[in-house]
Amino acid sequence: MTNILAIERLTKTYDNGFVALKGVDLTIAQGEIFALLGPNGAGKTTLIGIVCGLVRATSGKVTVDGCDIAADYREARQKIGLVPQELATNQFETVLEAVRFSRGLFGKAPNPAHFERVLRDLSLWDKKDQRIGALSGGMKRRVLIAKALAHEPQILFLDEPTAGVDVELRRDMWEMVRRLREKGVTVILTTHYIEEAEDMADRIGVIAQGELILVEEKHALMRRLGQIRVTIGLTQKLDALPDHLSDLALDLTPDGMTLAFTQKGEDCDDRLGALLKTLVARGIEFRSVNSERSSLEDIFIDLVGRRR
Amino acid sequence: MNVYAIRAIYINELNRTWRTLYQSIASPVISTALYFVVFGSAIGSRMQAIDGVSYGAFIVPGLILLTVLTESVSNASFGIYLPRFLGTIYELLSAPISATEVIIGFVGAAATKSVILGLIIFATARLFVPFEVVHPVLAFLYLVLLSTTFALFGFILGLWADGFEKLNLIPMMVISPLTFLGGTFYSIDMLPGVWRQIALFNPIVYLIEGFRWTFYDIATLAPVISLALTLSLLAVCFAVVVWIFRTGYRLRN
Ligand SMILES: Nc1ncnc2c1ncn2[C@@H]1O[C@H](COP(=O)(O)OP(=O)(O)O)[C@@H](O)[C@H]1O
Ligand SMILES: [Mg+2]
Repeated sequence: MTNILAIERLTKTYDNGFVALKGVDLTIAQGEIFALLGPNGAGKTTLIGIVCGLVRATSGKVTVDGCDIAADYREARQKIGLVPQELATNQFETVLEAVRFSRGLFGKAPNPAHFERVLRDLSLWDKKDQRIGALSGGMKRRVLIAKALAHEPQILFLDEPTAGVDVELRRDMWEMVRRLREKGVTVILTTHYIEEAEDMADRIGVIAQGELILVEEKHALMRRLGQIRVTIGLTQKLDALPDHLSDLALDLTPDGMTLAFTQKGEDCDDRLGALLKTLVARGIEFRSVNSERSSLEDIFIDLVGRRR
Repeated sequence: MNVYAIRAIYINELNRTWRTLYQSIASPVISTALYFVVFGSAIGSRMQAIDGVSYGAFIVPGLILLTVLTESVSNASFGIYLPRFLGTIYELLSAPISATEVIIGFVGAAATKSVILGLIIFATARLFVPFEVVHPVLAFLYLVLLSTTFALFGFILGLWADGFEKLNLIPMMVISPLTFLGGTFYSIDMLPGVWRQIALFNPIVYLIEGFRWTFYDIATLAPVISLALTLSLLAVCFAVVVWIFRTGYRLRN
């Protein structure tokens, strides 16, 4: 697979001396959905800003589909669509005017069929002649997405796309991301809502204090860092852990009614199987088996917390 | 050259004008008409001709510039300040466009509007006083050049300003008074000695003199000086804008 985005040793020091990025390396494959996770102030918006041309890098190199963002800025930027974190719209323009303007700005002839497709996909078609000022916040965000897609970019950046967004828009947005993926568009989103990354992304990067501390394929990440907690409800109280269960590293709750263990990684079937077999063989009856998988949220808190 | 981008910016800016048609066109036309009623017809009828040109006709070029210069500055400055204020500037900064293309779009639109305004005021004036233009082509070209120069200056103002007050400050407190005192209503030869010397430090005097020369072929100062001054202003403004884009001043972090 070809790299649509390559970032090498990227640093950013703001004018006030604040170091927002401390040497970030990252490559993104074409067609990938990549989630950049990190707490507020981690440097997500700065990173996107540099790739999109809003912020000047202090040092480092960024190429978009082989085009350097400084030397070949025209080619590089033409491939990128950006939905910014802040809702910035011109209230007096109509929806269609705004979308047409964006496409022109990115150097493409108007394409009414494409405008209609994008606006329909985002449920904006019946509002195309309305002034943006008359729309709700959610609708304005849709307009920003439509503007970002107006020139048919190969990479779409969504900076905190679902912050303060209603359920319906969230659903439509993910639907749209899936459709884009089918067309081979690369989507890079930032979020601090982990469910989003969990639902959508192929790969996840975690950034904290200007450093990319981890980049991994989502399932691998869950396997490596996630854990499963299994609890078994007993029908009769146990006073103590029986000897023959001691090598299975079990916990017995103080009330003596629940056995539990924690397994690292994504898979605990072998261990659970062995345990259940033993319980049956020893005549210990149980009435329930529960397993709870740690979410990316827990992993994330764990990762970021460990660095503090 | 990203022609589509230039066109998009240009059309977008002119659309803004149509949306605020009254403000953009009607109010300067009305105020100019008032000047003609007061200075052209009422007072002008009692004034002597200056260099063989009736007073009503004499003030026409200056009155056109009074509006054109201030409107060029405020239009272009507002055009670029608004996206900065709204945050929509992100789109311009992330687009595959060069500084020159952005300038052509914004300044071109502001200058276009000023030229149209100038022509409307010209037509309005013609309703009040009879006059003929000696060098119509030169007059038009000079109007275009002045509109462009001042729009470019306004563009810089719009990049520099960090509030709406500052946007209004320069056109109202600098351009407008200088134009008023710059020989719109009199020939600088009519000023007593020391005031004439002081007036010569006002660059707008030369611009109005030059513009009036294209109308009536009368000038106390050589038209070439006017042209040279205008071109220098244009070059300085252009250099400043290019510097701003190079360094990202007030645009990029
Ligand atoms: N223009 C700026 N000047 C100085 N510091 C800034 C500027 N913009 C952002 N920062 C700082 O850089 C850090 C990263 O910001 P940002 O990239 O917006 O983080 P995120 O998007 O992950 O929340 C923050 O601590 C922020 O305060
Ligand atoms: Mg951010």
